Amino acid sequence: MILPPAALALVLIGLLVSGMGTYAGYYGMRIIKYWDPGHGTERQLELERRTYLISTIMNYILGFELMSLFLFIYTADDLHTLFTGAMCAAGSLAINSFGYPALLLKIINFLFAGVWLILNYADNRGYDYPLIKIKYELLNLLVPLLVLESVLLFAYFAGIKPDIITSCCGSLFGRDSGSFSGDLAALPHRPMQIACFSGMAITAVSGMFFYLKGRSGYLFSTASAVTFLITIASMLSFICLYIYELPSHHCPFCLLQKEYGYIGYVLYAALFSGAVAGIGVGVLMPFWQVASLVRIIPGMQRRLTVVTLVCYLLFTLIVVWKMSFSALKLG
Amino acid sequence: MKRALERHLNILDFTLASLLRRKAKNFSLLAVYLLVVFMLASLQFFVTALKREAAIILSDTPDLIVQRLSAGRQDLVPVGYAEEIARIRGVTQVRPRLWGYYYDALNGANYTVIASDDPMVAPSRAAVGAGVAKTRNLAVGDLVPLTSYDKTPLMVEIGSIFPHSSDLIAADMIILTPEDFKLLFNFPKGQATDLAVSVRNPKELSTVAAKIADRFPDSRPILKSEIQRTYQSIFDWRGGMTLIILASALLSFIIFAWDRATGLSAEERKEIGILKSIGWETSDVLLLKFWEGTVISLTAFLLGVVLAYGHVFFLSAPLFAQALKGWSVIYPRFQLVPVVDAYQLAVLFFLTVIPYTTATVVPCWRAATTDPDAAMRS
Repeated sequence: MILPPAALALVLIGLLVSGMGTYAGYYGMRIIKYWDPGHGTERQLELERRTYLISTIMNYILGFELMSLFLFIYTADDLHTLFTGAMCAAGSLAINSFGYPALLLKIINFLFAGVWLILNYADNRGYDYPLIKIKYELLNLLVPLLVLESVLLFAYFAGIKPDIITSCCGSLFGRDSGSFSGDLAALPHRPMQIACFSGMAITAVSGMFFYLKGRSGYLFSTASAVTFLITIASMLSFICLYIYELPSHHCPFCLLQKEYGYIGYVLYAALFSGAVAGIGVGVLMPFWQVASLVRIIPGMQRRLTVVTLVCYLLFTLIVVWKMSFSALKLG
Repeated sequence: MKRALERHLNILDFTLASLLRRKAKNFSLLAVYLLVVFMLASLQFFVTALKREAAIILSDTPDLIVQRLSAGRQDLVPVGYAEEIARIRGVTQVRPRLWGYYYDALNGANYTVIASDDPMVAPSRAAVGAGVAKTRNLAVGDLVPLTSYDKTPLMVEIGSIFPHSSDLIAADMIILTPEDFKLLFNFPKGQATDLAVSVRNPKELSTVAAKIADRFPDSRPILKSEIQRTYQSIFDWRGGMTLIILASALLSFIIFAWDRATGLSAEERKEIGILKSIGWETSDVLLLKFWEGTVISLTAFLLGVVLAYGHVFFLSAPLFAQALKGWSVIYPRFQLVPVVDAYQLAVLFFLTVIPYTTATVVPCWRAATTDPDAAMRS
């Protein structure tokens, strides 16, 4: 057990987020059970008021999740000095078996909470709260994930024992290791470049088509989600190489460091926001026919499409710029 | 877009006016909030600055130190070890070091005595740290009698005194020639306290250490990185422990904030009632409450951080120094070099603003959802 203040802060946030989530989930269940907009009973009035509280709580949870995601990576990076062989966050996250699952869950929860808020926004626009049951059923899926994330985070920090020999990012993300991240890094750069840029292109074309014609929303949403996954793999496969100008350094965390002008924050923020908005478009698709949302959903989806397109474009421009002016040329 | 921005600006404007109308209540909240931020920020700045100081000092330590163990305790190293270690490939230099502690019965202080071939010391002429000079009232040219281990006095003249700027390293130091050192401690010939080993390629350090441990089973090689790591975790641990002690303060603050947010005054309830009856929606009132929290949090956070900066870097943290620095008869005086980065501020933000925000969510919602007539009638 070590006690850097940042770890305490992260554990505290984990407790608060899962506490708030459980609270929201409890009232979510009550809403699923007793919601009846046809009657103006006292209970119904009370539940309608609760929806405001739950929206506010979820807004805060999303904000806290985003901030703590970066704080977590930064803290893991800061802790690497405590371990022999660790050079950055990649090494310190591998120090026990809870580091990477906690990070993965943090990312999933962030995406999930973002999509939930999009659904919530649409629902609040409809005068009769048409999506309320679906919304709170989804919330009940999210809450256990939030709690699990806090447990993993606590287990990670509690299980850290300084001085354990750990693999540094050179070997963890190196081509020879058999681990999951090693496999990603081993993806050959040429096909990944083609996949990544084609993904971006397909997302852009389908996004523009959807924006102009209002059709093929599912295609656009799927394209943006798949592109998100391909791009994450590409980060390890070739984007990092160009930014570090080193043919063997596949670490996705060093990007966040000062040496590289904190470029990782812009890249990841653009990628994550684009993905949330793109997935949001698809999640809203089944509700086109809902009477009270007929006028609301298309407009929202168009705005979300613009967000995805702008974010992905920004990401692509930065990557292309870095690739063109990098001292490294991959054959 | 412009309309949304205007809405926020108007509500913010209203928030500021309404906060100023209830000065006394809000200032007391602000004061407590500020105190909490100030304490945590001072602690965080102090620990980070100490960690940096330690890192700077430790960067000059030898790459590898070789000690000898005898029955599990540190013992003197035969100089012969040095010659053999120097033959290991990759080792550039092996320097036998002579150092020890001298207890001064006059003032109860322990001095660190180091032997050096540096030209600033000569036979019977020593260089001393400012701390030693101060406790014994010494000036350059004075003679100091040191009692050697065979009870014969060793008269040493003060050749030079280190400046205060080197206090952190040199406050309690006495530097002698190796001959004087051996006389003072009756030191056996052909032995050294430990060996300082330099290695050309830092990547080979662990291999060299393994070879030394293999060749001399009674030796203990210590890497520079191990020493640095140990210091870092000690400071982290001390900081974390103090933080846990302060957690009770943080908790009381959260309860206080929650209580404040719950106990709306009649005037506030009436205000919300009027706002709602003239057409404000629940979400508008929630936004108002959000901005209220933001204004209070940011003011307290910024002021608290600035005050903590002054406390730590101008006044040397009188409130925490005793708990975190430790103590001794000769304690170095040092001014901490300011280090503040976004990471520290983010951690502070997480430890103060987010708990406050969380504590006020439910009370704010409760205030925002009261019915206008009930609010005005109460």
